[in-house]
Amino acid sequence: MAAAEARIAGRRPASSRLPLIAVALLFLGLFLVLPLLVVFVQALAKGASAYVAAISDPVAWAAVKLTLTVAAIAVPCNLVFGVAAAWAIAKFEFRGKSTLITLIDLPFAVSPVIAGLVFILLFGSHGWFGGYLRVHHIRVVFAVPGIVLATIFVTFPFIARELIPVMQAQGKDDEETALSLGATGWQTFWRVTLPNIRWGLMYGVLLCNARAMGEFGAVSVVSGHVRGLTNTMPLHIEILYNEYNYTAAFAVASLLALLALLTLAGKSFLEWRQPELRHAAAQARDRTRREKT
Amino acid sequence: MATPVAAVGLKRPTPLRLPQRVLPGFGLTLGYTMVYLSLLVLIPLSAVFIRSLGLGWGHFWDVVTAPRVIASLRLSFGASLIAALINVIFGLNVAWVLVRYTFPFKRLVDAIVDLPFALPTAVAGIALTALYAPNGWLGIWLLSFGIKVAFTPLGIVVALTFIGLPFVVRTLQPVLEDLDKEVEQAAATLGASAVQAFARVVLPALWPALLTGFALSFARAVGEYGSVIFIAGNMPMKSEIAPLLIVTKLEQYDYAGATAIAVVMLVLSFALMLGINALQHWALARHGGR
Repeated sequence: MAAAEARIAGRRPASSRLPLIAVALLFLGLFLVLPLLVVFVQALAKGASAYVAAISDPVAWAAVKLTLTVAAIAVPCNLVFGVAAAWAIAKFEFRGKSTLITLIDLPFAVSPVIAGLVFILLFGSHGWFGGYLRVHHIRVVFAVPGIVLATIFVTFPFIARELIPVMQAQGKDDEETALSLGATGWQTFWRVTLPNIRWGLMYGVLLCNARAMGEFGAVSVVSGHVRGLTNTMPLHIEILYNEYNYTAAFAVASLLALLALLTLAGKSFLEWRQPELRHAAAQARDRTRREKT
Repeated sequence: MATPVAAVGLKRPTPLRLPQRVLPGFGLTLGYTMVYLSLLVLIPLSAVFIRSLGLGWGHFWDVVTAPRVIASLRLSFGASLIAALINVIFGLNVAWVLVRYTFPFKRLVDAIVDLPFALPTAVAGIALTALYAPNGWLGIWLLSFGIKVAFTPLGIVVALTFIGLPFVVRTLQPVLEDLDKEVEQAAATLGASAVQAFARVVLPALWPALLTGFALSFARAVGEYGSVIFIAGNMPMKSEIAPLLIVTKLEQYDYAGATAIAVVMLVLSFALMLGINALQHWALARHGGR
């Protein structure tokens, strides 16, 4: 009877609560926390001076610079696209909208390796545009443009899919009011829409940036692995690791792990500012699916 | 008396013109969306399919039925299936605990669930390998039971489980939050045990979300490359995943072979997604309507 009363009061008996929490924490500890911990332990295994030497190596710095450059191009491209797509999808009704949303999500269903492969098939020496590019001495594949293209492909949906539900929730009353008071379309966008969606925008940018800086598979296929020239940080980690230079590999990896922790902290902060952000994408997916049913 | 206004020659008041679309920018934004989507995703992806047509059916069939290719596809899809199932079980556990119970550092635990989204796959790959290698923290302990994880298919499952976990947790959380506790309480007052209430009341309401989480986790695992190649050992026929075989073929300038495997992977993934979508519609029609 006591157990039933406890359940009725909305609390499960402690007999199931504690084991469930323990198993969940053990699982998360083994699968998530331990791998994170091992990165820092391995990076510092040979002392702080070895760590500093590894991350101040000029080749490592070239990789850091390239990673930052690629993200600095890819993220704004997807940002502009994300805002445009969200504006069209959230503020207007048109036929084929749910198909368009599915197509925007498509890159998530494609292996990163295939994302790299498609650009080799287009711009590689045997690709559709290979001959033209060779004649004009333009390098796309095995050079920085290819890395940027592959990165844009794999991070394509991030900002759009966060912004669409945010803009849908905002509705269009604010914009219509601004327009009726005589604001132009651009003024309305800069002064009304943008402030309304700023947290959602930052959220999308944060997630997009984390993936852009960390992408490995797609970039690995198109990079050509030229040390100091077309090696991003993740590719540099692979090379160091395959040379059995574990300390240096984990030292560079620790920088990316710090980036991941900063991303998680930023994400938590934005979710605290705007709690709806947390499950916006999942709920939007749920809603479109139910509308289809 | 019907048209006195016209009769006196007064102009009919012009109706207030309300434009169809008050907000501007529909053409611009939809146009830009379509062009950007086509140039960066649709046209590049169609290149894979068009190039594979050029192979001819006979050549295509020979490539994709080669024993090494079949073995890699079976491994990729099989390991992803196991990893997604593990994630459904433990993901449900984690989501349940995070939604229903309070415990110290819960916010921190909740935030760390997203780590696989934020941590670059190459970093995850070398970290998991360091942990599960025969001399690693966990590997040395597992080896004492005769279990080898790194450089075996088991290692692939571990990496794919790591990658897919947040998909299940984050899909389940909002549904669990929405789920009425009163229904369970009603079941309890009617004499159902906790297990019965969970199996008969909670689980049916969770099916669509569980399927979605499973599908997302599975789809991500099938294509995963970075976190797997370090821990897998990459032995042909034994521990070589399909994405790695694509890379190997590319490195040998075998573009036709790489393209053919890519097409099979894409078709299998899309078919699975469609199947799971249909299953979700069925589950929603049956249990949904919340």
